[in-house]
Amino acid sequence: MAVTSPKIKSIGAAKSPLLGTAMFAPSVLYIVLLIGVPFTLAVLYAFSDARIGSTSFRFVGLENFRSILHSPSFRKALRNSIVFTLAAQVVVIVCSNILSIALEKPFRGRGFVRFLILLPWVAPVSLGTIGWKWLLDSIYSVFTWVLVALHFYKPYSAPMWLGEPHLAMASVILVHCWRLIPFSTVIMLAGRSAIPKEIPEAAAIDGAGFWRTLFQINIPIMTPILSVAVLFGIIFTFTDMTVVYILTAGGPFDSTQTLPSLAFATGIQGSDLAAGAAISLFLVPVLVAVAYLMLRLAHRAEVV
Amino acid sequence: MTAPLSWRKVGGRTVHFLVLAFFTVALAFPFFWMLVAAFKQNIDLYTVENNPFKFNLPPTLDHIRLLFGQTRFVRWLGNTALVGGIVVAITLLLALPAAYALTRLTGRWGERLGIAIFLTYLIPPTLLFIPLSRVVALLGLQDTIWSVVLVYPSMTIPFSIWLLMGFFKSIPKELEDAAMVDGLTRFGAFVRMVVPISVSGILTVVIFSFTLVTQEFVYALTFISPESNQMIGVGIPIFLVRGDVYFWGSLMAACLIASLPIAVLYNMFLDRFIAGFTVGSVK
Repeated sequence: MAVTSPKIKSIGAAKSPLLGTAMFAPSVLYIVLLIGVPFTLAVLYAFSDARIGSTSFRFVGLENFRSILHSPSFRKALRNSIVFTLAAQVVVIVCSNILSIALEKPFRGRGFVRFLILLPWVAPVSLGTIGWKWLLDSIYSVFTWVLVALHFYKPYSAPMWLGEPHLAMASVILVHCWRLIPFSTVIMLAGRSAIPKEIPEAAAIDGAGFWRTLFQINIPIMTPILSVAVLFGIIFTFTDMTVVYILTAGGPFDSTQTLPSLAFATGIQGSDLAAGAAISLFLVPVLVAVAYLMLRLAHRAEVV
Repeated sequence: MTAPLSWRKVGGRTVHFLVLAFFTVALAFPFFWMLVAAFKQNIDLYTVENNPFKFNLPPTLDHIRLLFGQTRFVRWLGNTALVGGIVVAITLLLALPAAYALTRLTGRWGERLGIAIFLTYLIPPTLLFIPLSRVVALLGLQDTIWSVVLVYPSMTIPFSIWLLMGFFKSIPKELEDAAMVDGLTRFGAFVRMVVPISVSGILTVVIFSFTLVTQEFVYALTFISPESNQMIGVGIPIFLVRGDVYFWGSLMAACLIASLPIAVLYNMFLDRFIAGFTVGSVK
Protein backbone atom coordinates (compact mmCIF):
# COMPACT_ATOMS: atom_id res chain seq x y z
CA MET A 1 0.00 0.00 0.00
CA ALA A 2 3.04 2.28 0.22
CA VAL A 3 2.80 4.95 -2.45
CA THR A 4 6.20 6.40 -3.17
CA SER A 5 6.62 9.49 -5.26
CA PRO A 6 9.53 8.29 -7.47
CA LYS A 7 7.27 5.51 -8.67
CA ILE A 8 4.69 8.05 -9.83
CA LYS A 9 7.26 10.00 -11.82
CA SER A 10 8.65 6.93 -13.50
CA ILE A 11 5.35 6.15 -15.20
CA GLY A 12 4.74 8.35 -18.18
CA ALA A 13 1.15 7.28 -18.64
CA ALA A 14 0.10 9.08 -15.47
CA LYS A 15 -1.62 12.24 -16.51
CA SER A 16 -1.96 14.18 -13.28
CA PRO A 17 -0.19 12.17 -10.61
CA LEU A 18 -0.39 14.96 -8.04
CA LEU A 19 -4.12 15.52 -8.40
CA GLY A 20 -4.61 11.76 -8.60
CA THR A 21 -2.75 11.19 -5.36
CA ALA A 22 -4.70 13.97 -3.66
CA MET A 23 -7.97 12.38 -4.80
CA PHE A 24 -7.33 8.86 -3.56
CA ALA A 25 -5.20 9.67 -0.52
CA PRO A 26 -8.19 10.23 1.84
CA SER A 27 -9.61 6.78 1.03
CA VAL A 28 -6.25 5.08 1.44
CA LEU A 29 -5.75 6.93 4.73
CA TYR A 30 -9.17 5.81 5.99
CA ILE A 31 -8.42 2.21 5.07
CA VAL A 32 -4.96 2.32 6.65
CA LEU A 33 -6.30 3.85 9.87
CA LEU A 34 -9.32 1.58 10.26
CA ILE A 35 -8.04 -1.67 8.75
CA GLY A 36 -4.24 -1.49 8.71
CA VAL A 37 -3.81 -0.08 12.23
CA PRO A 38 -6.35 -2.43 13.91
CA PHE A 39 -4.78 -5.37 12.13
CA THR A 40 -1.35 -4.40 13.48
CA LEU A 41 -2.92 -3.97 16.92
CA ALA A 42 -4.46 -7.44 16.67
CA VAL A 43 -1.01 -8.89 16.07
CA LEU A 44 0.48 -6.87 18.95
CA TYR A 45 -2.33 -7.93 21.30
CA ALA A 46 -1.82 -11.56 20.41
CA PHE A 47 1.73 -11.40 21.79
CA SER A 48 0.78 -9.40 24.89
CA ASP A 49 -1.23 -9.70 28.09
CA ALA A 50 -3.84 -7.03 27.19
CA ARG A 51 -7.16 -7.28 29.02
CA ILE A 52 -10.26 -5.11 29.16
CA GLY A 53 -10.16 -2.94 32.29
CA SER A 54 -6.44 -3.29 32.83
CA THR A 55 -3.72 -0.89 31.77
CA SER A 56 -0.96 -3.47 31.89
CA PHE A 57 0.56 -4.20 28.52
CA ARG A 58 3.54 -6.52 28.47
CA PHE A 59 4.79 -8.70 25.69
CA VAL A 60 4.53 -12.32 26.61
CA GLY A 61 5.88 -13.88 23.44
CA LEU A 62 4.07 -16.99 22.29
CA GLU A 63 2.37 -17.52 25.67
CA ASN A 64 -1.17 -16.83 24.31
CA PHE A 65 -0.69 -19.17 21.40
CA ARG A 66 0.67 -21.88 23.66
CA SER A 67 -2.31 -21.67 26.00
CA ILE A 68 -4.97 -21.56 23.28
CA LEU A 69 -3.40 -24.45 21.39
CA HIS A 70 -3.75 -26.48 24.58
CA SER A 71 -7.38 -25.53 25.13
CA PRO A 72 -9.96 -28.10 23.99
CA SER A 73 -12.41 -25.29 23.11
CA PHE A 74 -9.93 -23.88 20.63
CA ARG A 75 -9.29 -27.22 18.98
CA LYS A 76 -13.01 -27.77 18.61
CA ALA A 77 -13.46 -24.28 17.21
CA LEU A 78 -10.67 -24.77 14.68
CA ARG A 79 -12.05 -28.13 13.60
CA ASN A 80 -15.62 -26.77 13.39
CA SER A 81 -14.58 -23.75 11.34
CA ILE A 82 -12.93 -26.03 8.81
CA VAL A 83 -15.75 -28.60 8.79
CA PHE A 84 -18.50 -25.97 8.50
CA THR A 85 -16.70 -24.14 5.70
CA LEU A 86 -15.93 -27.22 3.61
CA ALA A 87 -19.31 -28.91 4.11
CA ALA A 88 -21.17 -25.72 3.24
CA GLN A 89 -19.11 -25.13 0.07
CA VAL A 90 -19.78 -28.63 -1.25
CA VAL A 91 -23.53 -28.37 -0.73
CA VAL A 92 -23.66 -24.81 -2.03
CA ILE A 93 -21.75 -25.56 -5.23
CA VAL A 94 -23.91 -28.56 -6.11
CA CYS A 95 -27.20 -26.82 -5.31
CA SER A 96 -26.38 -23.49 -6.90
CA ASN A 97 -25.21 -25.22 -10.06
CA ILE A 98 -28.54 -27.01 -10.37
CA LEU A 99 -30.50 -23.91 -9.45
CA SER A 100 -28.64 -21.67 -11.89
CA ILE A 101 -29.40 -24.08 -14.74
CA ALA A 102 -33.08 -24.04 -13.77
CA LEU A 103 -33.17 -20.24 -13.56
CA GLU A 104 -31.37 -19.62 -16.82
CA LYS A 105 -34.26 -20.23 -19.21
CA PRO A 106 -36.86 -17.48 -19.20
CA PHE A 107 -40.28 -18.41 -17.82
CA ARG A 108 -43.30 -16.54 -16.59
CA GLY A 109 -42.81 -15.10 -13.10
CA ARG A 110 -39.02 -15.51 -13.21
CA GLY A 111 -38.38 -12.12 -11.64
CA PHE A 112 -40.55 -12.91 -8.63
CA VAL A 113 -39.12 -16.42 -8.25
CA ARG A 114 -35.63 -14.91 -8.36
CA PHE A 115 -36.59 -12.45 -5.62
CA LEU A 116 -37.90 -15.26 -3.39
CA ILE A 117 -34.79 -17.32 -4.01
CA LEU A 118 -32.55 -14.36 -3.21
CA LEU A 119 -34.25 -13.46 0.07
CA PRO A 120 -31.82 -15.39 2.31
CA TRP A 121 -28.88 -13.49 0.86
CA VAL A 122 -30.36 -9.99 0.64
CA ALA A 123 -32.13 -9.92 4.01
CA PRO A 124 -29.95 -9.06 7.03
CA VAL A 125 -28.20 -12.24 8.14
CA SER A 126 -28.98 -11.83 11.83
CA LEU A 127 -32.70 -11.57 11.09
CA GLY A 128 -32.77 -14.58 8.77
CA THR A 129 -30.94 -16.58 11.42
CA ILE A 130 -33.48 -15.63 14.09
CA GLY A 131 -36.13 -16.95 11.71
CA TRP A 132 -34.27 -20.27 11.71
CA LYS A 133 -34.06 -20.23 15.48
CA TRP A 134 -37.84 -20.25 15.53
CA LEU A 135 -38.03 -22.96 12.88
CA LEU A 136 -35.64 -25.11 14.94
CA ASP A 137 -37.14 -24.28 18.36
CA SER A 138 -36.84 -27.09 20.91
CA ILE A 139 -40.62 -27.29 21.48
CA TYR A 140 -42.45 -25.40 18.74
CA SER A 141 -40.33 -26.35 15.73
CA VAL A 142 -42.44 -26.91 12.64
CA PHE A 143 -40.10 -29.73 11.60
CA THR A 144 -40.76 -31.49 14.89
CA TRP A 145 -44.50 -31.09 14.38
CA VAL A 146 -44.33 -32.58 10.87
CA LEU A 147 -42.20 -35.51 12.05
CA VAL A 148 -44.59 -36.20 14.93
CA ALA A 149 -47.59 -35.91 12.61
CA LEU A 150 -45.96 -38.44 10.29
CA HIS A 151 -45.36 -40.73 13.31
CA PHE A 152 -41.57 -40.68 13.05
CA TYR A 153 -41.43 -39.58 16.66
CA LYS A 154 -43.80 -39.66 19.61
CA PRO A 155 -44.90 -36.24 20.89
CA TYR A 156 -42.23 -34.59 23.11
CA SER A 157 -39.58 -37.18 22.18
CA ALA A 158 -38.38 -35.58 18.96
CA PRO A 159 -34.73 -34.46 18.85
CA MET A 160 -33.79 -30.94 19.97
CA TRP A 161 -32.34 -29.52 16.77
CA LEU A 162 -30.06 -27.02 18.45
CA GLY A 163 -29.60 -28.91 21.70
CA GLU A 164 -27.67 -31.98 20.56
CA PRO A 165 -24.08 -31.59 19.33
CA HIS A 166 -24.34 -33.27 15.92
CA LEU A 167 -27.75 -31.86 15.09
CA ALA A 168 -26.61 -28.40 16.16
CA MET A 169 -23.58 -28.67 13.86
CA ALA A 170 -25.82 -29.80 11.01
CA SER A 171 -28.16 -26.88 11.72
CA VAL A 172 -25.34 -24.34 11.52
CA ILE A 173 -24.18 -25.83 8.21
CA LEU A 174 -27.76 -25.81 6.94
CA VAL A 175 -28.22 -22.12 7.72
CA HIS A 176 -24.89 -21.26 6.06
CA CYS A 177 -25.95 -23.17 2.95
CA TRP A 178 -29.37 -21.53 3.00
CA ARG A 179 -27.73 -18.12 3.04
CA LEU A 180 -25.00 -18.81 0.47
CA ILE A 181 -26.94 -20.73 -2.20
CA PRO A 182 -28.65 -17.58 -3.54
CA PHE A 183 -25.37 -15.66 -3.71
CA SER A 184 -23.57 -18.49 -5.44
CA THR A 185 -26.50 -19.00 -7.81
CA VAL A 186 -26.47 -15.43 -9.10
CA ILE A 187 -22.69 -15.53 -9.52
CA MET A 188 -23.08 -18.67 -11.63
CA LEU A 189 -25.95 -17.17 -13.59
CA ALA A 190 -23.61 -14.32 -14.49
CA GLY A 191 -21.03 -16.91 -15.55
CA ARG A 192 -23.53 -18.88 -17.62
CA SER A 193 -24.70 -15.84 -19.51
CA ALA A 194 -21.08 -15.38 -20.57
CA ILE A 195 -20.87 -18.80 -22.27
CA PRO A 196 -21.19 -18.19 -26.01
CA LYS A 197 -24.35 -19.92 -27.23
CA GLU A 198 -22.57 -21.37 -30.29
CA ILE A 199 -20.36 -23.70 -28.29
CA PRO A 200 -23.08 -25.82 -26.64
CA GLU A 201 -25.03 -25.74 -29.90
CA ALA A 202 -22.07 -27.04 -31.87
CA ALA A 203 -21.56 -29.72 -29.22
CA ALA A 204 -25.22 -30.74 -29.50
CA ILE A 205 -24.88 -31.07 -33.27
CA ASP A 206 -21.82 -33.24 -32.71
CA GLY A 207 -23.98 -35.47 -30.54
CA ALA A 208 -22.92 -34.45 -27.04
CA GLY A 209 -25.61 -35.16 -24.45
CA PHE A 210 -26.60 -33.12 -21.40
CA TRP A 211 -23.97 -34.61 -19.08
CA ARG A 212 -21.13 -34.45 -21.58
CA THR A 213 -21.95 -30.85 -22.37
CA LEU A 214 -22.06 -30.13 -18.65
CA PHE A 215 -18.75 -31.77 -17.76
CA GLN A 216 -16.70 -31.13 -20.89
CA ILE A 217 -17.93 -27.71 -21.92
CA ASN A 218 -19.91 -25.82 -19.33
CA ILE A 219 -17.89 -26.66 -16.23
CA PRO A 220 -14.49 -25.94 -17.81
CA ILE A 221 -15.72 -22.60 -19.15
CA MET A 222 -17.28 -21.86 -15.79
CA THR A 223 -14.19 -22.69 -13.72
CA PRO A 224 -13.11 -19.07 -13.13
CA ILE A 225 -16.58 -18.00 -12.06
CA LEU A 226 -17.01 -21.16 -10.01
CA SER A 227 -13.77 -20.26 -8.24
CA VAL A 228 -15.07 -16.78 -7.47
CA ALA A 229 -18.22 -18.26 -5.92
CA VAL A 230 -16.20 -20.75 -3.85
CA LEU A 231 -13.63 -18.18 -2.71
CA PHE A 232 -16.28 -15.73 -1.51
CA GLY A 233 -18.20 -18.62 0.01
CA ILE A 234 -15.13 -19.68 1.99
CA ILE A 235 -14.62 -16.15 3.30
CA PHE A 236 -18.28 -15.70 4.22
CA THR A 237 -18.49 -19.01 6.09
CA PHE A 238 -15.05 -19.19 7.65
CA THR A 239 -15.11 -15.69 9.09
CA ASP A 240 -18.79 -15.61 10.05
CA MET A 241 -19.82 -15.25 13.64
CA THR A 242 -23.42 -14.11 13.28
CA VAL A 243 -25.04 -17.43 12.39
CA VAL A 244 -23.34 -19.37 15.17
CA TYR A 245 -23.74 -16.64 17.77
CA ILE A 246 -27.48 -16.29 17.23
CA LEU A 247 -28.34 -19.90 16.54
CA THR A 248 -26.39 -21.71 19.27
CA ALA A 249 -23.92 -19.22 20.83
CA GLY A 250 -21.33 -21.95 20.25
CA GLY A 251 -23.21 -24.50 22.33
CA PRO A 252 -24.11 -27.13 23.36
CA PHE A 253 -20.75 -27.69 25.12
CA ASP A 254 -18.70 -25.80 22.50
CA SER A 255 -19.89 -28.27 19.86
CA THR A 256 -20.64 -25.48 17.35
CA GLN A 257 -17.98 -23.02 18.49
CA THR A 258 -16.02 -21.52 15.58
CA LEU A 259 -12.86 -19.39 15.58
CA PRO A 260 -14.75 -16.07 15.31
CA SER A 261 -17.36 -16.98 17.94
CA LEU A 262 -14.65 -18.24 20.31
CA ALA A 263 -12.63 -15.05 19.71
CA PHE A 264 -15.73 -13.03 20.68
CA ALA A 265 -16.46 -15.16 23.73
CA THR A 266 -12.84 -14.93 24.89
CA GLY A 267 -11.84 -11.44 23.84
CA ILE A 268 -15.01 -9.40 24.41
CA GLN A 269 -17.26 -11.36 26.77
CA GLY A 270 -14.31 -12.84 28.68
CA SER A 271 -12.29 -9.58 28.61
CA ASP A 272 -9.14 -11.42 27.51
CA LEU A 273 -8.22 -9.25 24.53
CA ALA A 274 -4.86 -10.96 24.04
CA ALA A 275 -6.21 -14.49 23.76
CA GLY A 276 -9.17 -13.31 21.64
CA ALA A 277 -6.83 -11.56 19.21
CA ALA A 278 -4.60 -14.63 19.05
CA ILE A 279 -7.60 -16.82 18.19
CA SER A 280 -8.81 -14.49 15.47
CA LEU A 281 -5.34 -14.43 13.91
CA PHE A 282 -5.90 -18.05 12.94
CA LEU A 283 -8.27 -16.67 10.27
CA VAL A 284 -5.36 -14.99 8.51
CA PRO A 285 -3.80 -17.97 6.65
CA VAL A 286 -7.12 -18.74 4.98
CA LEU A 287 -7.65 -15.08 4.09
CA VAL A 288 -4.17 -14.84 2.59
CA ALA A 289 -4.74 -17.98 0.52
CA VAL A 290 -8.07 -16.69 -0.76
CA ALA A 291 -6.60 -13.28 -1.56
CA TYR A 292 -3.76 -14.93 -3.48
CA LEU A 293 -6.18 -17.04 -5.54
CA MET A 294 -8.36 -13.99 -6.22
CA LEU A 295 -5.34 -12.09 -7.47
CA ARG A 296 -4.49 -14.93 -9.82
CA LEU A 297 -8.05 -14.93 -11.14
CA ALA A 298 -8.04 -11.17 -11.63
CA HIS A 299 -4.66 -11.37 -13.34
CA ARG A 300 -5.87 -14.07 -15.70
CA ALA A 301 -8.98 -12.06 -16.52
CA GLU A 302 -6.73 -9.12 -17.39
CA VAL A 303 -4.48 -11.13 -19.68
CA VAL A 304 -7.23 -12.92 -21.61
CA MET B 1 -45.86 -25.20 -29.08
CA THR B 2 -47.69 -26.62 -32.08
CA ALA B 3 -45.45 -29.64 -32.40
CA PRO B 4 -46.59 -32.57 -30.27
CA LEU B 5 -44.72 -32.69 -26.98
CA SER B 6 -42.44 -35.66 -26.67
CA TRP B 7 -42.26 -37.52 -23.35
CA ARG B 8 -38.72 -36.41 -22.99
CA LYS B 9 -39.76 -32.79 -23.20
CA VAL B 10 -42.61 -33.20 -20.75
CA GLY B 11 -40.24 -34.98 -18.38
CA GLY B 12 -37.69 -32.20 -18.73
CA ARG B 13 -40.28 -29.57 -17.96
CA THR B 14 -41.52 -31.44 -14.93
CA VAL B 15 -38.00 -31.75 -13.56
CA HIS B 16 -37.40 -28.06 -14.28
CA PHE B 17 -40.58 -27.13 -12.42
CA LEU B 18 -39.83 -29.44 -9.48
CA VAL B 19 -36.28 -28.14 -9.08
CA LEU B 20 -37.46 -24.53 -9.06
CA ALA B 21 -40.37 -25.29 -6.73
CA PHE B 22 -38.14 -27.17 -4.29
CA PHE B 23 -35.50 -24.43 -4.06
CA THR B 24 -37.99 -21.58 -3.95
CA VAL B 25 -39.89 -23.18 -1.08
CA ALA B 26 -36.73 -24.19 0.79
CA LEU B 27 -35.12 -20.76 0.49
CA ALA B 28 -38.18 -18.57 1.10
CA PHE B 29 -39.83 -20.73 3.75
CA PRO B 30 -38.28 -19.03 6.82
CA PHE B 31 -39.74 -15.72 5.65
CA PHE B 32 -43.14 -17.24 5.03
CA TRP B 33 -42.93 -18.68 8.53
CA MET B 34 -42.15 -15.23 9.95
CA LEU B 35 -45.28 -13.92 8.25
CA VAL B 36 -47.42 -16.67 9.77
CA ALA B 37 -46.01 -16.23 13.27
CA ALA B 38 -46.41 -12.46 13.13
CA PHE B 39 -50.20 -12.74 12.98
CA LYS B 40 -50.90 -15.76 15.16
CA GLN B 41 -52.30 -15.48 18.66
CA ASN B 42 -49.94 -16.63 21.40
CA ILE B 43 -52.18 -19.51 22.47
CA ASP B 44 -52.20 -20.71 18.89
CA LEU B 45 -48.40 -20.38 18.57
CA TYR B 46 -47.61 -22.10 21.83
CA THR B 47 -49.94 -25.09 21.70
CA VAL B 48 -47.84 -27.98 20.50
CA GLU B 49 -50.80 -30.02 19.28
CA ASN B 50 -52.09 -27.27 16.96
CA ASN B 51 -51.46 -27.68 13.27
CA PRO B 52 -48.87 -24.91 12.69
CA PHE B 53 -49.81 -24.56 9.02
CA LYS B 54 -53.20 -23.04 9.69
CA PHE B 55 -54.72 -20.37 11.89
CA ASN B 56 -56.45 -22.33 14.64
CA LEU B 57 -57.57 -19.03 16.17
CA PRO B 58 -58.35 -15.81 14.28
CA PRO B 59 -55.29 -13.77 13.25
CA THR B 60 -54.23 -10.92 15.54
CA LEU B 61 -52.36 -7.63 15.30
CA ASP B 62 -51.18 -7.85 18.93
CA HIS B 63 -47.58 -8.67 18.03
CA ILE B 64 -47.30 -5.72 15.66
CA ARG B 65 -48.86 -3.43 18.27
CA LEU B 66 -46.43 -4.68 20.93
CA LEU B 67 -43.53 -4.21 18.54
CA PHE B 68 -44.34 -0.61 17.69
CA GLY B 69 -45.81 0.38 21.05
CA GLN B 70 -43.72 -1.26 23.73
CA THR B 71 -40.31 -1.96 22.24
CA ARG B 72 -37.50 0.22 20.85
CA PHE B 73 -38.09 -1.17 17.35
CA VAL B 74 -38.89 2.20 15.77
CA ARG B 75 -35.90 3.76 17.50
CA TRP B 76 -33.64 1.05 16.07
CA LEU B 77 -35.04 1.62 12.60
CA GLY B 78 -34.28 5.34 13.04
CA ASN B 79 -30.74 4.68 14.29
CA THR B 80 -30.08 2.38 11.35
CA ALA B 81 -31.42 4.87 8.82
CA LEU B 82 -29.35 7.68 10.35
CA VAL B 83 -26.14 5.66 10.42
CA GLY B 84 -26.88 4.38 6.91
CA GLY B 85 -27.31 7.93 5.61
CA ILE B 86 -24.09 9.22 7.15
CA VAL B 87 -22.08 6.18 6.06
CA VAL B 88 -23.38 6.55 2.50
CA ALA B 89 -22.32 10.21 2.50
CA ILE B 90 -18.81 9.45 3.82
CA THR B 91 -18.44 6.58 1.35
CA LEU B 92 -19.39 8.69 -1.67
CA LEU B 93 -17.22 11.59 -0.56
CA LEU B 94 -14.14 9.39 -0.31
CA ALA B 95 -14.75 6.64 -2.88
CA LEU B 96 -15.86 8.77 -5.84
CA PRO B 97 -12.65 10.82 -6.18
CA ALA B 98 -10.51 7.82 -5.31
CA ALA B 99 -12.10 5.62 -7.96
CA TYR B 100 -11.80 8.36 -10.57
CA ALA B 101 -8.17 8.98 -9.71
CA LEU B 102 -7.32 5.29 -9.89
CA THR B 103 -9.01 4.78 -13.27
CA ARG B 104 -7.92 7.97 -15.02
CA LEU B 105 -5.06 9.81 -13.40
CA THR B 106 -2.58 7.29 -12.17
CA GLY B 107 -1.86 4.99 -15.08
CA ARG B 108 -1.12 1.32 -14.74
CA TRP B 109 -0.37 1.13 -11.03
CA GLY B 110 -3.71 2.75 -10.28
CA GLU B 111 -5.30 -0.50 -11.39
CA ARG B 112 -2.95 -2.44 -9.09
CA LEU B 113 -3.75 -0.21 -6.14
CA GLY B 114 -7.44 -0.65 -6.98
CA ILE B 115 -7.09 -4.42 -6.70
CA ALA B 116 -5.16 -4.02 -3.43
CA ILE B 117 -7.97 -1.86 -2.04
CA PHE B 118 -10.53 -4.40 -3.22
CA LEU B 119 -8.66 -7.12 -1.33
CA THR B 120 -9.07 -5.22 1.94
CA TYR B 121 -12.79 -5.86 1.48
CA LEU B 122 -11.98 -9.50 2.22
CA ILE B 123 -10.69 -8.66 5.72
CA PRO B 124 -13.61 -9.57 7.96
CA PRO B 125 -14.92 -7.76 11.06
CA THR B 126 -14.21 -10.89 13.08
CA LEU B 127 -10.48 -10.25 12.62
CA LEU B 128 -10.55 -6.60 13.63
CA PHE B 129 -13.32 -6.24 16.20
CA ILE B 130 -11.12 -6.83 19.25
CA PRO B 131 -8.56 -4.07 18.57
CA LEU B 132 -11.26 -1.79 17.15
CA SER B 133 -13.26 -2.13 20.36
CA ARG B 134 -10.28 -0.55 22.16
CA VAL B 135 -9.87 2.15 19.51
CA VAL B 136 -13.56 3.01 19.79
CA ALA B 137 -13.34 3.11 23.60
CA LEU B 138 -10.23 5.29 23.42
CA LEU B 139 -12.04 7.78 21.17
CA GLY B 140 -14.95 7.87 23.63
CA LEU B 141 -17.38 6.53 21.02
CA GLN B 142 -18.31 3.34 22.84
CA ASP B 143 -22.04 2.71 23.23
CA THR B 144 -22.96 5.42 20.73
CA ILE B 145 -23.98 5.04 17.10
CA TRP B 146 -20.90 7.14 16.19
CA SER B 147 -18.74 4.09 16.79
CA VAL B 148 -20.27 2.31 13.82
CA VAL B 149 -20.46 5.54 11.79
CA LEU B 150 -16.68 5.66 12.11
CA VAL B 151 -16.00 2.01 11.36
CA TYR B 152 -18.52 1.07 8.65
CA PRO B 153 -16.95 3.19 5.89
CA SER B 154 -13.87 1.00 6.21
CA MET B 155 -16.09 -1.83 4.94
CA THR B 156 -18.01 0.15 2.31
CA ILE B 157 -15.20 2.22 0.76
CA PRO B 158 -13.07 -0.63 -0.68
CA PHE B 159 -15.90 -2.35 -2.53
CA SER B 160 -17.39 0.98 -3.62
CA ILE B 161 -14.09 2.11 -5.14
CA TRP B 162 -13.95 -1.19 -7.00
CA LEU B 163 -17.52 -0.83 -8.29
CA LEU B 164 -16.97 2.77 -9.37
CA MET B 165 -13.67 1.97 -11.10
CA GLY B 166 -15.55 -0.49 -13.29
CA PHE B 167 -18.08 2.21 -13.96
CA PHE B 168 -15.65 5.03 -14.79
CA LYS B 169 -13.76 2.80 -17.21
CA SER B 170 -16.87 2.70 -19.40
CA ILE B 171 -17.08 6.50 -19.69
CA PRO B 172 -15.37 7.77 -22.87
CA LYS B 173 -12.28 9.88 -22.15
CA GLU B 174 -13.23 12.34 -24.91
CA LEU B 175 -15.96 13.69 -22.67
CA GLU B 176 -13.49 15.06 -20.13
CA ASP B 177 -11.10 16.17 -22.84
CA ALA B 178 -13.89 18.23 -24.38
CA ALA B 179 -14.78 19.70 -21.00
CA MET B 180 -11.16 20.62 -20.38
CA VAL B 181 -10.84 22.22 -23.80
CA ASP B 182 -13.85 24.31 -22.74
CA GLY B 183 -11.78 25.64 -19.88
CA LEU B 184 -12.62 23.34 -16.98
CA THR B 185 -9.79 22.01 -14.84
CA ARG B 186 -9.32 18.24 -14.54
CA PHE B 187 -11.03 18.31 -11.15
CA GLY B 188 -13.74 20.57 -12.52
CA ALA B 189 -14.36 18.12 -15.36
CA PHE B 190 -14.70 15.34 -12.79
CA VAL B 191 -17.19 17.28 -10.67
CA ARG B 192 -19.25 18.86 -13.47
CA MET B 193 -19.13 16.19 -16.17
CA VAL B 194 -18.21 12.77 -14.81
CA VAL B 195 -20.20 12.76 -11.56
CA PRO B 196 -23.50 13.85 -13.12
CA ILE B 197 -23.43 11.12 -15.80
CA SER B 198 -22.46 8.48 -13.22
CA VAL B 199 -25.81 8.60 -11.43
CA SER B 200 -26.46 4.88 -11.82
CA GLY B 201 -22.99 3.96 -10.55
CA ILE B 202 -23.45 6.31 -7.59
CA LEU B 203 -26.87 4.85 -6.87
CA THR B 204 -25.33 1.37 -6.84
CA VAL B 205 -22.81 2.49 -4.24
CA VAL B 206 -25.57 4.15 -2.19
CA ILE B 207 -27.63 0.96 -2.08
CA PHE B 208 -24.61 -1.25 -1.46
CA SER B 209 -23.38 0.87 1.45
CA PHE B 210 -26.81 1.31 2.98
CA THR B 211 -27.68 -2.39 2.86
CA LEU B 212 -24.27 -3.28 4.27
CA VAL B 213 -25.02 -1.02 7.24
CA THR B 214 -28.33 -2.78 7.82
CA GLN B 215 -26.77 -6.24 7.52
CA GLU B 216 -23.73 -5.77 9.75
CA PHE B 217 -23.85 -7.54 13.09
CA VAL B 218 -20.42 -8.09 14.65
CA TYR B 219 -19.25 -4.48 15.08
CA ALA B 220 -22.64 -3.25 16.28
CA LEU B 221 -22.80 -6.09 18.82
CA THR B 222 -19.27 -5.39 20.06
CA PHE B 223 -19.34 -1.59 20.27
CA ILE B 224 -22.86 -0.75 21.45
CA SER B 225 -24.55 -2.09 24.56
CA PRO B 226 -27.42 0.26 25.57
CA GLU B 227 -30.75 -0.92 24.21
CA SER B 228 -31.84 2.46 22.86
CA ASN B 229 -28.68 2.98 20.76
CA GLN B 230 -28.89 -0.34 18.93
CA MET B 231 -28.88 -0.92 15.23
CA ILE B 232 -31.70 -3.00 13.79
CA GLY B 233 -29.60 -6.12 13.12
CA VAL B 234 -28.55 -6.42 16.78
CA GLY B 235 -31.59 -4.89 18.48
CA ILE B 236 -34.03 -7.47 17.14
CA PRO B 237 -32.17 -10.73 17.85
CA ILE B 238 -30.63 -9.62 21.16
CA PHE B 239 -32.95 -7.10 22.78
CA LEU B 240 -36.40 -8.36 21.79
CA VAL B 241 -35.66 -11.35 24.00
CA ARG B 242 -36.50 -10.70 27.65
CA GLY B 243 -34.38 -12.86 29.87
CA ASP B 244 -34.88 -16.28 28.39
CA VAL B 245 -38.35 -15.54 27.07
CA TYR B 246 -38.73 -15.22 23.34
CA PHE B 247 -41.70 -13.19 22.08
CA TRP B 248 -41.74 -15.12 18.85
CA GLY B 249 -44.71 -13.28 17.33
CA SER B 250 -43.18 -9.80 17.67
CA LEU B 251 -39.73 -11.11 16.92
CA MET B 252 -40.83 -12.62 13.62
CA ALA B 253 -42.87 -9.52 12.72
CA ALA B 254 -39.79 -7.37 13.37
CA CYS B 255 -37.56 -9.60 11.23
CA LEU B 256 -39.98 -9.50 8.35
CA ILE B 257 -40.70 -5.77 8.50
CA ALA B 258 -37.00 -4.91 8.65
CA SER B 259 -35.90 -7.46 6.03
CA LEU B 260 -38.33 -6.86 3.20
CA PRO B 261 -37.50 -3.25 2.24
CA ILE B 262 -33.77 -4.02 2.39
CA ALA B 263 -34.29 -7.16 0.31
CA VAL B 264 -36.26 -5.27 -2.34
CA LEU B 265 -33.62 -2.54 -2.60
CA TYR B 266 -30.74 -4.98 -2.78
CA ASN B 267 -32.53 -7.13 -5.33
CA MET B 268 -32.97 -4.17 -7.68
CA PHE B 269 -29.22 -3.53 -7.81
CA LEU B 270 -28.03 -7.09 -7.48
CA ASP B 271 -26.71 -7.52 -11.01
CA ARG B 272 -24.36 -4.57 -10.56
CA PHE B 273 -22.99 -5.90 -7.27
CA ILE B 274 -22.42 -9.25 -8.90
CA ALA B 275 -20.48 -7.60 -11.68
CA GLY B 276 -18.22 -6.26 -8.93
CA PHE B 277 -17.94 -9.59 -7.15
CA THR B 278 -16.85 -11.48 -10.24
CA VAL B 279 -13.50 -9.61 -10.26
CA GLY B 280 -13.45 -9.38 -14.03
CA SER B 281 -13.69 -13.12 -14.62
CA VAL B 282 -16.90 -12.54 -16.55
CA LYS B 283 -16.66 -10.14 -19.45
